Amino acid sequence: MKKSLNYAYYPGCSSTGTSIEYDMSSRAICAALDITLNDVPDWSCCGSTPAHTVDHSLSSALSARNLDQVASMGLDSCVTPCPSCLANLKTAKQRMKDGDFRDKVNNLLEKPADTGADTQSVLQILVEDYGVENIQKKVVKPLTGLVVAAYYGCIINRPAELMQFDDHEHPMAMDTLMEALGATVIPFPLKVECCGASFGIPRKDVVMRLSGKLLSTAEEIGAMALVTACPLCQMNLDMRQAQINKANEANHNIPIFYFTQLVGLALGLSEKELGIDKLCVTPQPILDSIGREENLKEKAA
Amino acid sequence: MKIGVFVCHCGSNIEATVDTAAVAAAAREFPGVVFSTDTMYTCSEPGQDEIVEAIQKYKLGGVVVASCTPRMHEQTFRRTVERAGLNRYLFEMANIREHVSWIGKDRQSNTNKSIDLVRMASEKLMRNRPLYSKKFDINKRVLVIGGGVAGIQAALDCADGGLEVVMVEKSPTIGGKMAKLDKTFPTVDCSSCILGPRMVDVAQHPNITLYAYSEIEDINGYVGNFDIKVKKKATYVDWDSCTGCGICMDKCPSKKATDFFNEGIGKTRAINIPFPQAIPKKAKIDPEFCTKIQKGKCGVCAKLCPSGCIDYEMQDQFITEKVGAIVTATGFDLFDWSIYGEYGAGRYPDVITSLQYERMLSASGPTGGHIKRPSDGKEPKNVVFIQCVGSRDKSVGRPYCTGFCCMYTAKQTILTKDHLPDSQSYVFYMDIRATGKLYDEFTRRAMEEYDTKYIRGRVSMIYPKGDRLLVRGADTLMGTQVEVDADLVVLAVGAEASAGAGELAEKLRISYDSYGFYMEGHPKLKPVETNTAGVYLAGACQGPKDIPSSVGQGSAAAAKVLGLFSKDQLESDPQVSVVDIKRCIGCGKCMQTCPFGAIKEVDMRGMAKADVIETICQGCGICTSTCPQGAVQLQHFTDNQILSEVNALCRF
Repeated sequence: MKKSLNYAYYPGCSSTGTSIEYDMSSRAICAALDITLNDVPDWSCCGSTPAHTVDHSLSSALSARNLDQVASMGLDSCVTPCPSCLANLKTAKQRMKDGDFRDKVNNLLEKPADTGADTQSVLQILVEDYGVENIQKKVVKPLTGLVVAAYYGCIINRPAELMQFDDHEHPMAMDTLMEALGATVIPFPLKVECCGASFGIPRKDVVMRLSGKLLSTAEEIGAMALVTACPLCQMNLDMRQAQINKANEANHNIPIFYFTQLVGLALGLSEKELGIDKLCVTPQPILDSIGREENLKEKAA
Repeated sequence: MKIGVFVCHCGSNIEATVDTAAVAAAAREFPGVVFSTDTMYTCSEPGQDEIVEAIQKYKLGGVVVASCTPRMHEQTFRRTVERAGLNRYLFEMANIREHVSWIGKDRQSNTNKSIDLVRMASEKLMRNRPLYSKKFDINKRVLVIGGGVAGIQAALDCADGGLEVVMVEKSPTIGGKMAKLDKTFPTVDCSSCILGPRMVDVAQHPNITLYAYSEIEDINGYVGNFDIKVKKKATYVDWDSCTGCGICMDKCPSKKATDFFNEGIGKTRAINIPFPQAIPKKAKIDPEFCTKIQKGKCGVCAKLCPSGCIDYEMQDQFITEKVGAIVTATGFDLFDWSIYGEYGAGRYPDVITSLQYERMLSASGPTGGHIKRPSDGKEPKNVVFIQCVGSRDKSVGRPYCTGFCCMYTAKQTILTKDHLPDSQSYVFYMDIRATGKLYDEFTRRAMEEYDTKYIRGRVSMIYPKGDRLLVRGADTLMGTQVEVDADLVVLAVGAEASAGAGELAEKLRISYDSYGFYMEGHPKLKPVETNTAGVYLAGACQGPKDIPSSVGQGSAAAAKVLGLFSKDQLESDPQVSVVDIKRCIGCGKCMQTCPFGAIKEVDMRGMAKADVIETICQGCGICTSTCPQGAVQLQHFTDNQILSEVNALCRF
C-alpha cells in the first residue's frame, strides 16, 4: 500500500448529474478505506469531448486550469472517477510540455498554469496505490453468487502510452478486484469495445447497435450484471437499455453497476449511500441473491 | 616526390556541387604537385589511362585521386598506379563524394572542403613509403555455420568442388526451417522430398564433417587460417554407437517434453529423435524433462537401448578445427507475436503461427497431416489468415517486409482447401507482394481456383464467441468493417534475426544492422561477402529470404570460397604494425590491448621486446595509441603521416 493516500478529487460534470451514484459510491468507499479525497476548489469542466474536437488549446486551457487548482492545493496527485476527464487532464499535462503550445494556452488563462500534478482514475488508485489484497481484507459482505462481467470501455487505459495503466487490449484490474470481493467473474470478450459513447445524441442508431451487442454478449456468456468504470458507458448501457430493446427488438434486463458500488456493498456500506436506487435497470433481484448459496449452506450446517 | 592530382566529376555526382576545375587548379599550388587535372570519370578506362600516361610523362612518384570513398575504388586505382610501375601504396584517395558532394549543397563550401581534403591527401602521400605484401599458406578447409537449406547448398557445392567442409548446426538435426515445411511455393512440391536427399548427401559426403547440436564457442585467426572452437552440447546419448532405432523414444515414460521441431504443436518424449528424416538420425535427451536426470529415478532408456549408448553423466565437449574460410548461414527466427494484444497475446489456443500450421499440414507432423483445432481437435470450417504479423509494423520495431509471407499464406490456403474441401479461407492482407517467377500467378490461383477470400485490411480484434473466434477487421477497399467467424486463425508471423546472431557476429568480427541481420560487403556488388576477409554469408542471416534466394546465396558463397582457395597462398596486407626495436622498452602494454593476440614478447639480448605477428595483425592501430614510447607504428598510418594531414588541415 502506498503510504500517503491523500488526493485532490476532481468529480467531473457527470458526477453532479447522470453519474451522481458513481460520485457518491466513490466518495463512500474512499472514506471507508481511509483514502482522503480533497475536492478541487472551484473546479470547472475538463472540456470533455466537444472541446477537444473543436480546438486543442481551448480544451487544454480548461484542463490546465483545473490542474493548476490542484497545484494550488499543494497536492501533486489528482484522482477522478471519469475516464473522459482523466484522458483530458492527462492529455493537457502532456501537451503543455511543448513550449509553443504552453504559451498559447497560458495566454488564454488569467495566469500561467502549473500542470505538474498527475491524474489517476479511482480504479487505478484502488488497484495500484491501495492494493486489491488490502481491499479484500476489508470485505465484510462477500459478493458470493454474483456472476459479473467487467466492461472497461475504450479510454480508461487508452492510448496506452498516455494512460500507463493495465493492459490496453486485455485489462484485468476490475476483473481481479471483483474476484477479490467474492464475485464470480466471467471473462468478457468485448471488455474494451466502444459502447457508442457520445454518439447517443447525433447518431443514436450507432449506440443502439454497439451497446446492444455488449448487452447481448454479456447475457450470452451468462453474466448477471455488467460492471463499468465510465459514466458514459454506464449511461448508454443502463439508461438507454429500454431504447436498445425497442430498437433491436430485444429483451435485455441486465443491471449495469459502477464498480465502486459493488466495492461499497462488499465493504458493508448501505445501498442508500452507494446510490443503488439511482440505477435505471433495477438490480434488486440479483442483489437479493448475493450470498444466498452461502446462507443455504449455513442453514444446512 | 612529384605528385599528380586527379579530381573526378563522377558524372554530375561531384561536379554538380563541387567546382572540380577549381579544386584541380588549387592543387597545382600544393608542394610537390607537378600535375593536376579534372576528369569526367577517373575510374573509367580512359580515366585510368590518363593516370598511367601522366605518371610516365611527368615522372610522378605518387598519385592523389579525389573522387568517391576508398571502399569503392581504392583497389582500382592502386592497380592503376601499379600498372604504371609505382608501388601501390604511393597512392592516396580524397573522398569528395560521400564526404562532400552528396552531403552538402553549397558549391563554394564544398569546393573549399574538397581542396582541404586534397591538400591532406597530398601531404600524407609525400610521407608514404613503398610497402610490400608477403605470401602465406592457407588451409583449404571451409566452415559452414548453420545447416539450413542455404548452409546445405554451400556445404555441398564446396564439398563437390573438392574442399573439406566442417558443418556446425545448433539444433540436433540439419534441415533448418525448410525441413519443417509441408509443401513449398509456387510449385506445391513436398519440402522434405526435395530437401531430404540433400540432407542425406551432407551426411554421406566424404568431404563433409557434421557437428549437429553444436555451437561455435570461439573463432581466432584470419583469412586462410582460422582456428575454430566448437562446443558439442551434451546429448546424453553416445552418437557414435546410436543407431537411431527409436526404442528409447517409444518407451520413455516422460511424455510431456516440449516438441521444438513441431513448434510446440503436440508433445514429445524426454528422449527423442526430432523427426523421422532427421540428419543425423540420433536420439538426444532434453534434460529438463528427463526424470532420471532431474530426480535420479527411471533409467528406462538405458535399460532398453540395444547399443548401450545412454550416458546420463555426459558433459559438453569442445573440439578444435582449423579452416581457411567461413560461410555463415544461421538463418532466421520467428517474430514473437504475443506482443499483439489484439490477437489475444497467446490466450486463445486456436490462434496459431504459420509454422505451427505447416507442422499440422505435414503428413509426418504431430497430427499426421490432419488440420485440427488445438482446443478441441475438431476440423475447422472457416480458417482466417492474418498477414504482416511482425512485418511492416513500426509500432513493434519491425518496419521491414519479411517478403515471403504473402506466398506461403497463399500456399497454405490452397493446401487448406485440398485437405478440407468444405472449408473456407480468408486472408487479411496489406499488399500482396508476389514478385518472383510464377509467384503472382500462384496467388491468383489461390483466389480464383481455390476461392480464398482476400480482404485488404488489418485485423483490429480477435475474441471468442462460443467455441469459435470472431475476427474483426477493416476492408479498406470496401470502406467497411468486416467480421468473420473463424474456427482457426493462422498468423503469418514475420522473420527476425536468429537468436544469438549478435554474439556470433562478434566472434566472427562482422557487422550487423539494427535488427541483427548481418551486413553484406556491398548491398549490390558484394551480396555474400562481409567486410571481414574470408567470412561469407548465405541465406536469411543477411535478411529474410525465400528458399530459391537462400539456395542461390549458398551457391554464391561456395563460389567465393572456391575462388579464394584457387590460390595456394594469399598475400598479406602490409598495413600492419611494426615495432621499432630501438625504442621499445618491453612494457608489454601493446600485448594487453591487442584484441587479436597479434603481439608477442621476444628476447633481444636479454631484454624483453614486443614483436608483431604480421599474419595475425589486422591493422586496427590500438597498439600504436597505447605505446608510451611511440615505438609501435602502423604502416601507411604512421604518426608522422597522420600529423601531416592534421597540419595540412590546420594551417592557420
